[in-house]
Amino acid sequence: MDSSQFFGISSIAYILAMVAYIAYLVFRNSTVGIIATTITSVGFISQTIAFFIRGKEFYDIGQMGIMRAIPLTNLYESLIFFVWCLILGYLIIEWKYKNRSFGAFITPIAGMALAFIDISGMDKNIHPLIPALQSNWLLAHVTLSFIAYATFAISFATAIMYLAVTTDNKKSGAYIFWTVTLGIFISILVAMGIDFLTFKIAVRTPEAFIKSYLFKATFRSASGLIVLFSYAASAVFVYLVWRYGYALKKLIGSFSISPDLLDDLTYKNIAIGFPIFTLGGLIFGAIWADQAWGKYWSWDPKETWSLITWFVYAFYLHARFLRGWRGHKIAIVAVIGFVCTIFTYLGVNLLLSGLHAYGGG
Amino acid sequence: MKIVEGDLMENEKSKTLMDRIWDFFTSVRLAIVVFAVLSLTSIVGTIIEQGAEPERNIKLLSKFFGDASPTVFRILDSLGFTNMFHSWWFIALLFVFAANLIICSLDRLPRIWNIVKEPIKPLSIDLLNTMPIKREVVLKGKIDNAKGVMESALKRIGFKANIHLQDNGLQIYAEKGRHSRLGVYVTHFSIILILIGAVAGIFFGFNASLNLLEGTTSAVAYMRNGKEIPLGFEIGCNDFETSFYENSDTPRSYKSWLTILENGRPIKINGKEVTEIDVNRPLRYKGITFYQSSYGFSPTKDSLFKFSVASNDGKKQDVQIKFGESFNIPGTNIIGKVADFSPALGIDEAGRLFTYAEMMNNPAVFVEFTENGKSKYNQWILKRYTQTWRVPDGIIEFKDLWGAQYTGLQVRKDPGVWIVYLGSLVMAVGLYAAFFMSHGRIWINLRDDKNGTKITIAASVNKNKAAFEQKINKLVKTITVQ
Repeated sequence: MDSSQFFGISSIAYILAMVAYIAYLVFRNSTVGIIATTITSVGFISQTIAFFIRGKEFYDIGQMGIMRAIPLTNLYESLIFFVWCLILGYLIIEWKYKNRSFGAFITPIAGMALAFIDISGMDKNIHPLIPALQSNWLLAHVTLSFIAYATFAISFATAIMYLAVTTDNKKSGAYIFWTVTLGIFISILVAMGIDFLTFKIAVRTPEAFIKSYLFKATFRSASGLIVLFSYAASAVFVYLVWRYGYALKKLIGSFSISPDLLDDLTYKNIAIGFPIFTLGGLIFGAIWADQAWGKYWSWDPKETWSLITWFVYAFYLHARFLRGWRGHKIAIVAVIGFVCTIFTYLGVNLLLSGLHAYGGG
Repeated sequence: MKIVEGDLMENEKSKTLMDRIWDFFTSVRLAIVVFAVLSLTSIVGTIIEQGAEPERNIKLLSKFFGDASPTVFRILDSLGFTNMFHSWWFIALLFVFAANLIICSLDRLPRIWNIVKEPIKPLSIDLLNTMPIKREVVLKGKIDNAKGVMESALKRIGFKANIHLQDNGLQIYAEKGRHSRLGVYVTHFSIILILIGAVAGIFFGFNASLNLLEGTTSAVAYMRNGKEIPLGFEIGCNDFETSFYENSDTPRSYKSWLTILENGRPIKINGKEVTEIDVNRPLRYKGITFYQSSYGFSPTKDSLFKFSVASNDGKKQDVQIKFGESFNIPGTNIIGKVADFSPALGIDEAGRLFTYAEMMNNPAVFVEFTENGKSKYNQWILKRYTQTWRVPDGIIEFKDLWGAQYTGLQVRKDPGVWIVYLGSLVMAVGLYAAFFMSHGRIWINLRDDKNGTKITIAASVNKNKAAFEQKINKLVKTITVQ
């Protein structure tokens, strides 16, 4: 078996696990919970094996030694690694806190990332390393960045859960914030799913995908009617999430998850992720750029967005410690932090470069 | 650690101007505003393409503003948004950020410093009772025995015990990680160091580039605006080569072989006159660093084709000829003439040959062979494919077309980069202390009891209380097991 089959097994496992965790949340049957954990663990083990096999395949093609055979060189591999870190982090939390209900919030992020890989049809082939990527600093930079992204993703999930359990007044800002964020998140995902179903096409590069296909079946359709309908449908959807979002409160509330635990988990993940992100994401990235091009900082969109993300999380920490922010306000900052994280990784690669690419004709 | 904003409002009249400036810079509100403005303007700076042709950004803006886009562009341009990260106001914002950081840190530092400079002291029983973590156990045996047990148990969790004798027994007290309280300030300081390094680089360094054709030298590099920067020595390019992964056009490495010359004489660097550089391996000399950043192809009539020619009976000879010139296969009367060249020879579906790239991705020469003036055979010889080197009368190894490629070097002098690196190192230390270390303090009273020795443990920690509590539980477990 080659790596793609093991990756396939893990993708299916995580999506099944997502269903199982949600079922567990709804039915609260401990057998379902054990099944969910088992499926996740199988997926995790399979993904770990896949990672090693891909490393071996890489090693055989590149012939540059072990350090140049770590498969973290493109969007596909890094997203896969992100999912791996996320699931590892989740399994640790489940084991430490003896609580399975987070699974229903974290496996969807893993599922989303994997679905995104398939929907965008991004290139899964192994490409030997181009000269600029042959650097140990880059390797450390990418690995640590993704560990940090995974902790931020977990903090996002716990922050949304926190907001869900502590708000029920539909007029309150915090309630509107989390339901609208979640609603938009899901709408975008559904729109991407429709693109996939409509075009059924695997394009070579993410850039080409953005340019020619992303949202072409919905928000960017040639037909004005479809565009109008798409926006209307997502508005209605966001409205529905807003209207019935409080149901989540009852659901999570029926488990032994206190808001304090959620707040603490959000903080702990950011407290682990922030120093790793600073060192791995910003500093190692700068050192790599310095070694490769003689410029440690050039304000390119990627660097700038990393800095913005860093500002948001630095703000989170200072607001918490210096101003004693707790509750809704701080959870909202954590959510914004992860939105920036996603944008740093995907938005910059896909949207901004895409924007400039077709801006230039 | 909370700041009470109200305090700032009182006594406003009695404050000097200096105090007011100080207050302005210590306010967390300023920090928030600076964070927000830096972030929001940065977002704009990533959407507007920086330093690009105006048409590109006008086209981009027209997606949002339609016909008004040229006007919007003019406004943004005059506000500096098209080269925003170097605009005076953005740099000023960064300075305000730095000032805010320095003054906020200085404002808080004395309080923390007082804690850090004072080692732990024994405490009275009343104070012990106010500690957040408390445990009580009774150990069998005399107090001296219990003392030994306690000391080794503390050692096991990494605490060094101090002893204080008191009226009815003794107190063991210990602490760990006192200096980690400075982690936040070390981190803040490192940001300042990095900014200082960046400023030093801007004022005392330069960023330039230089294209060097194989076989040429230069004593200057060029700034973006075309200005010449004298290097103080000469640099020459002996050779440039791109190598590719087998059977693909994915580059494996870009290498230049460079020589530094002073007064026309080559200088040895690490014992060698010629230094090989690669994308992640630059050359440094006298504070100036040369990075491999690009390359190009511009052949001249003086470019040399380099072959290693061997006859079938093993006679070998190296030849260097120009386009149109000929060579001889040693020991034979066969003459080969370079009649055509392609930097990237490809073959289309119909089997026709064509040049598919402007760079030397797959260099090939077309050689016409004659014997005593009579045409014998012709052949394309490809540098990357050894099977094409074979001809009926020998092996023609096409080694290189030399003097046709130029190496694109990024030339940089940045005396501040070491400060930036130092700052990064300091930041790593500071972050580690701030997030992964804590200041834990333990006081243990030992008193004679009718069943043995009564032990009262009190402890406090400045962060991550749950983990510290586990440590204390471990401590209790070790002593009760014994």
